[in-house]
Amino acid sequence: MAGIMKKRWIALYVENEAGVLAKVSGLFSAKGYNLQSLTVGTTEHPDVSRMTICVSSDDVTFEQIKKQLNSMIEVIKVIDLTNVPIHMKEVLFAKIKQITSEEKAEVFRIAETFDVKPIDIGPDAIILESTLTERRNDELVALLRESFKHIDVIRGGAVAVEGISTSCR
Amino acid sequence: MEITGRKLFVKGLLAEGVDTIFAYPGGMVTDILDELYKTTEIRVVLARHEQAAVHEAEGYARATGKTGVVLVTSGPGATNTITGIADARYDSIPLVIVTGQVNRSLIGNDAFQEVDIVGMVRSTAKDAYTVANREELGQRIKMAFYVASTGRPGPVLIDIPKDIQVASGSPDYPEEIHLRGYKPNTGVHIGQLKKAYKLLHSAKRPLILAGGGVRISGAQEELTALVNTMQIPVVTTIMGKGSISEDSPYYVGNAGMHGRYASNMAITHCDVLFSIGTRFNDRITGDLNEFASNAKIIHVDADTASISRNVVVDIPVVADARLALSKMNEWAEPMKTEAWISEIEGWQQKHPLLMRRDKGLSPQMIMGGIDRVFPEAIVTTDVGQHQMWAMQFLPVTKDRPMFTSGGLGTMGFGFPAAVGAKIACPDKDVIAITGDGGFQMNMQEMATAVTNDSPVIIVLLNNQYLGMVRQFQQFFYGKRYEITCLARRKGCPENCKGPSELCPPYEPDFMKWAESYGVEGLRVNAESDIIHALETAKANSRAGKSTLVEFDIAFDENVLPMVKSGNPIDDMILK
Repeated sequence: MAGIMKKRWIALYVENEAGVLAKVSGLFSAKGYNLQSLTVGTTEHPDVSRMTICVSSDDVTFEQIKKQLNSMIEVIKVIDLTNVPIHMKEVLFAKIKQITSEEKAEVFRIAETFDVKPIDIGPDAIILESTLTERRNDELVALLRESFKHIDVIRGGAVAVEGISTSCR
Repeated sequence: MEITGRKLFVKGLLAEGVDTIFAYPGGMVTDILDELYKTTEIRVVLARHEQAAVHEAEGYARATGKTGVVLVTSGPGATNTITGIADARYDSIPLVIVTGQVNRSLIGNDAFQEVDIVGMVRSTAKDAYTVANREELGQRIKMAFYVASTGRPGPVLIDIPKDIQVASGSPDYPEEIHLRGYKPNTGVHIGQLKKAYKLLHSAKRPLILAGGGVRISGAQEELTALVNTMQIPVVTTIMGKGSISEDSPYYVGNAGMHGRYASNMAITHCDVLFSIGTRFNDRITGDLNEFASNAKIIHVDADTASISRNVVVDIPVVADARLALSKMNEWAEPMKTEAWISEIEGWQQKHPLLMRRDKGLSPQMIMGGIDRVFPEAIVTTDVGQHQMWAMQFLPVTKDRPMFTSGGLGTMGFGFPAAVGAKIACPDKDVIAITGDGGFQMNMQEMATAVTNDSPVIIVLLNNQYLGMVRQFQQFFYGKRYEITCLARRKGCPENCKGPSELCPPYEPDFMKWAESYGVEGLRVNAESDIIHALETAKANSRAGKSTLVEFDIAFDENVLPMVKSGNPIDDMILK
């Protein structure tokens, strides 16, 4: 039954009440599902939250995950975002430390190439702020790790919205 | 006029038709108990352990079809219910478990007898929540009963902080509840079901696998009608036993780890497997790659998440079993299955279910005695060898249901479940078939039976061992009987391979134990005494007295056939 492991995304509408986040995340650990990221925030309705969940799984397990989520009483709706047009973004901060002026210039070049913003700067450090896609952020992190020794990366997890006429993931 | 939370709680129970609660007192439920003291319509049964209270509620729920209710205090009272909650979840038994909780101001402080019970049962209960405030109390109680009893039934835990029990608020208990995230399937996709029917009808070697869902939805008649018209053989799971009459010419037997040879062969050789109300537990399937490998599989289940979880199915149908079967009965036409049925009959002849008769009392004789003396009774079993023997040799009928712990396999289930069933049905004989291991896990409940005038017949198969594990040790671990002998003491030889005249006495002496409760104890060693002992137990039961009948059976009696865990189900150990 084991198939090919792929990254997949789900949007989840849930009741905005205590214990729901624990219940959803608890499902992933209890059943041994591979949770990559989970973000949550309230929607335009204060009593409803929306989660964006990224999992890595094969087809069969993914079907089971959706069914298990659907069977939770506090889950109002499960939307599979894997194969639909979506816009996806992830907030990322990268603090590059103990760098020379020469390396600083390199950070600026990378920032320009990736279209991310330097938002803070000191004598030997820079903070970059990114709202790229998750994959683009992966590439950015890979490059920063290759180029600099001392970096802190803070990632927020992806959020996604169904597209209207375009898609960006 | 405002009323207290505890008053609203009792009002809610009455609105839900609750007449019996299985309970154990403690600091955080004394207010509710005080309210129940003033209520004559609800009987509060004092269990002797919270786990047993849950099993009693399970027995009660199975016997009545109603939701079983348990009331316990916070902390250890709550944690003791967890095994019972998991048991009810696996076997789809509707329960509402009410736990008292410390005052909201103390939650999180590691207060005396405070535990996060909701967090603990999150993965086993069907739903669980702590009531957040007095305003939502009525809603939450309503919700617990609704969720527990609808869809695939299960246990719901509701945790009520003590300050909410005494706080004043609205006297209204909601008449109905709407949950936007919970919609049990009440219909059936006709197109999908038609596809399933066509596939089934096209088969040369069709087979029906019936699970506990058939009983839960009350679909036994519909299944029987379908089987009779289409002439399809039926195998069952442990929970599905009794889905059709065991006298039916189409009934093959239980399948799985200790199923009949013919049942497992039929699964392996069928070309369409129509499974209904079963989860394809690993005890049924064995090696998944080999399971029904020649068959297209149809799976009908009320629970979407049960479909294609363990076995990938060709045609999934999400539906209540009864609804699906009655629809199929409208289309049903006879099939040509004589050759297939005689092939199965051949397997039955080749390896029939029979036990040896050369070593004194055999479990088959005991089950035969129960069958003869108790055509009408409620039977419960514990977990282990005796459970499998009951499954093999004691037919389930309309008048003789059997309650067992199938999914979780909870030792200690059988006796309290019988007590709960007896409390629910005082006019029926209730028999707990148990072993000397499992019985000792909850035998304190004899006090519950005695004090509630609820006599139970205990059929105790004593082989001096934790037999199911001992059997594993015999077959797969070179007879190294590590901690499975219940008589073993410090002075026993290191590598004991079985009992002898040198054995220390077996403790407890169940006869003396029975006597201490004012209950009749009977010890049976010979086949000729079986009927008389059971008749005595029956007379006692009707005169309001419990009986413990202890049958001494050979320690090395095995449950056969047997499939080694993880092997294909047609790979059976037969002797």
